[in-house]
Amino acid sequence: MAEHEEHAEHGQSHYVRIWGILLVLLAVSILGPILAPHIEEAAAGVGAAFVKGWMITIMTAFGIAIYKAYLVAANFMHLNIEKRYITYLLATMLTLMLLFFAGTSPDIMKHEGQNWENVAAEAEVDRALKSQESDSHGGEHH
Amino acid sequence: MSTRPIATTRSATGIPTGKLAVWWVVGSEIVIFGGLLASYVMHRLGHPEWAEYASHTNPWFGGINTFVLLTSSLSAVLAHYAAEHGDGKKAAKWLVGTCFGGLIFICVKAVEWTIEIQHGYTITANGFWQFYYTAAGLHALHVIAGCVIMLIIANDARKGRELHRVELIGIYWHFVDIVWIFLFPLLYIAK
Repeated sequence: MAEHEEHAEHGQSHYVRIWGILLVLLAVSILGPILAPHIEEAAAGVGAAFVKGWMITIMTAFGIAIYKAYLVAANFMHLNIEKRYITYLLATMLTLMLLFFAGTSPDIMKHEGQNWENVAAEAEVDRALKSQESDSHGGEHH
Repeated sequence: MSTRPIATTRSATGIPTGKLAVWWVVGSEIVIFGGLLASYVMHRLGHPEWAEYASHTNPWFGGINTFVLLTSSLSAVLAHYAAEHGDGKKAAKWLVGTCFGGLIFICVKAVEWTIEIQHGYTITANGFWQFYYTAAGLHALHVIAGCVIMLIIANDARKGRELHRVELIGIYWHFVDIVWIFLFPLLYIAK
């Protein structure tokens, strides 16, 4: 019964309002990284040198993505009024994903450790960076 | 004697079986897409040269497609709203509108990929483009599958049949939308 009452609050205007918020957030996530270098410069000018462009990019791109996903899940998928079982199910799957990341990322993100070295990855990074550098110099000359 | 399978009428969790099944599909999809995106993030952070590769994706194509999918999600939830109020015809119309969004998404992607392939950014170019085509391609397959299922459900809804399924396809569609919400900054914004 309570669920039905809560559901009734989710009228059409509510959905349109959420959609509007999502579009505003989309605009911010596109503009954020574009404006980040200017914001960093302006912040440095007023003595707030700790504000870095990459922080603004991370916040506007990924912070907003998480919030957008929450808005869609809570309001469009009705996760906020769904039985808790579903939230636990989804949280378990997300935890498995994080576990996978935590377990494998050191081997992928680092190319050497105490008793090992990923020679192929190191060689590829070296080759690609040199190639990009020579391409950019070539572009400058032409 | 009932002709409906027992699974459609019983519910141990208090959640209708069809809906529970869709949530489990979503749960398994989290592991599929989550694994793929987590692998991408690891490689992106471990390979500084990918920053240059990523700079060649066009955020405007990604942005337009994000707008299209968010709008199609609104259409899907309005279909659910209509179905909940017993208006099958209206629900069917909103579902067809959602499919139209999916079609636009695929068309934009086709144009985008054509341009990228013409510039030599193919799936064999390097690790970044392999992830790019795999992740976006798998997502596009989900969009196509969702559209096909949605049209079948819209056909039933138009006749006032199986209206509860409108919510089920909506849950799936919103999940596809959420996956794109994360793909967009990963592939188009973080350069």
